[in-house]
Amino acid sequence: MDAVVADSHPAARGSVACRAPDLVCPAGSLPALKAAVDHGATCVYTGFRDATNARNFAGLNFSLADLEIGVRYARDRGVRVLIALNTYPQAQNYAAWCAAVDRAAAVGAHAIIVADAGLMAYAAKRHPNLALHLSVQGSATTYEAINFYADRFGIKRAVLPRVLTLGQVASVVAHARTEIEVFAFGSLCVMVEGRCQLSSYVTGQGPNLNGVCSPASAVRWTETAAGREVRLAGVLVDRFAPGENAGYPTLCKGRYEVEGATGYAIEEPVSLNTLSLLPKLCAMGVRAVKIEGRQRSVAYVAEVTAVWRAAIDACICDPEHFEVDAAWDARLARLAEGRQVTLGVYHRSWR
Amino acid sequence: MNPGVATPTWRVPAPVAAVLARLPTLPPSALAAAALNRVAARYADAESLAPLEGKAVRVSVTDAGVTITVRCVRGKFTPGTRGVTPTATIAASLADFVALATRREDPDTLFFARRLMLEGDTEASLAMRNLLDRVDVAPLAAWLTRVVARR
Repeated sequence: MDAVVADSHPAARGSVACRAPDLVCPAGSLPALKAAVDHGATCVYTGFRDATNARNFAGLNFSLADLEIGVRYARDRGVRVLIALNTYPQAQNYAAWCAAVDRAAAVGAHAIIVADAGLMAYAAKRHPNLALHLSVQGSATTYEAINFYADRFGIKRAVLPRVLTLGQVASVVAHARTEIEVFAFGSLCVMVEGRCQLSSYVTGQGPNLNGVCSPASAVRWTETAAGREVRLAGVLVDRFAPGENAGYPTLCKGRYEVEGATGYAIEEPVSLNTLSLLPKLCAMGVRAVKIEGRQRSVAYVAEVTAVWRAAIDACICDPEHFEVDAAWDARLARLAEGRQVTLGVYHRSWR
Repeated sequence: MNPGVATPTWRVPAPVAAVLARLPTLPPSALAAAALNRVAARYADAESLAPLEGKAVRVSVTDAGVTITVRCVRGKFTPGTRGVTPTATIAASLADFVALATRREDPDTLFFARRLMLEGDTEASLAMRNLLDRVDVAPLAAWLTRVVARR
């Protein structure tokens, strides 16, 4: 890992004084937003209660009234609220997505997180004071693509897809004319964000247009003698043996029979945890680290935010001697999907 | 893996569970329905109750042998009896339900660790969970204490 990083970007080698990255935390409800603010988030990202964002789950997300309270609560404490409008509108519902942009501006959000170029154009023209962040759903992995969005729509920040090595992240940071945000912790997927059609194949709905990978209406869990079975639209996706850790019911993390062997054919249910990379991310100039999990509870948001706040503070205070506290890792691991964590693609030496 | 999540911290003693299991289910279900109506009036709109409409959700406290069943009819929660067939069932130990209610545990974490079970209509369970997640718990806890004290 060190060789890769050193090879790519001088700042990534390590120990220059660095600025604290924003800690961007998820909130699917007003109590979760307050928990994130109270436990040290710099930014909280949320969504409306509809298909305009990629966590369109029953009963989750914010009404306009809740959001107004949330924005006020955050702003009074110096925390910025970002609103995810990161699904792709279609010709027949474009007006609804534009209306969501207007609502985000009216409620006083600091920024919207968008993927669709048409929405960026609309927001840039109508709401020049509303900052634009390029969503991970925009799937921009190169600084050339990010700079195009910056030049054309004035985006202030880009969220990088979780497919880049640390060296590649450093290169993007060095050449992009926007701030760069990376995923720091949370559930992983196959990470072809904005382009994944897997769940649409079985349920007719998908993350890009409907804001949901596995619509709850299509999910059935059954406790059987052989273990916990989960079906998506009637298709058996996984069977967890008694005592075995379970994961989310997404097609990409299912276990399938391939050439006579049953196993994770696409993706394993593990979570990203990049605490150990913090000094390198800070040194290379990453401006924000993102916590996944708007679908999670207040308890999750409070715990993950608190751990990451402590880690960032420790790292900024003394980056050269930063060490991951074993208690932080333990607190995060128990919340992780599959209860296992990985450094994801960041640590890979191949490109 | 953290062994701290593998099992609940405490269990209802078997003799106590044996007594609890014989008690009628209506009073706790009625209390739960009343509390949910209070929550819904403050925190829910018609849209967020829609996935629950006409459905019966059962909460099964595994180590206590106690079940609580509530039905949502025209946006109002009513108590159900043991005889009602639930649309969705949520099961866990009393210790884990207490930890969830006091926001010390995360439901997905308990679900991954196999300490929380979810069967039947997933959307109804999720809507119920997300409704409860929207609650500012401090005033509700105070209200529940007053209700229990009056009985």
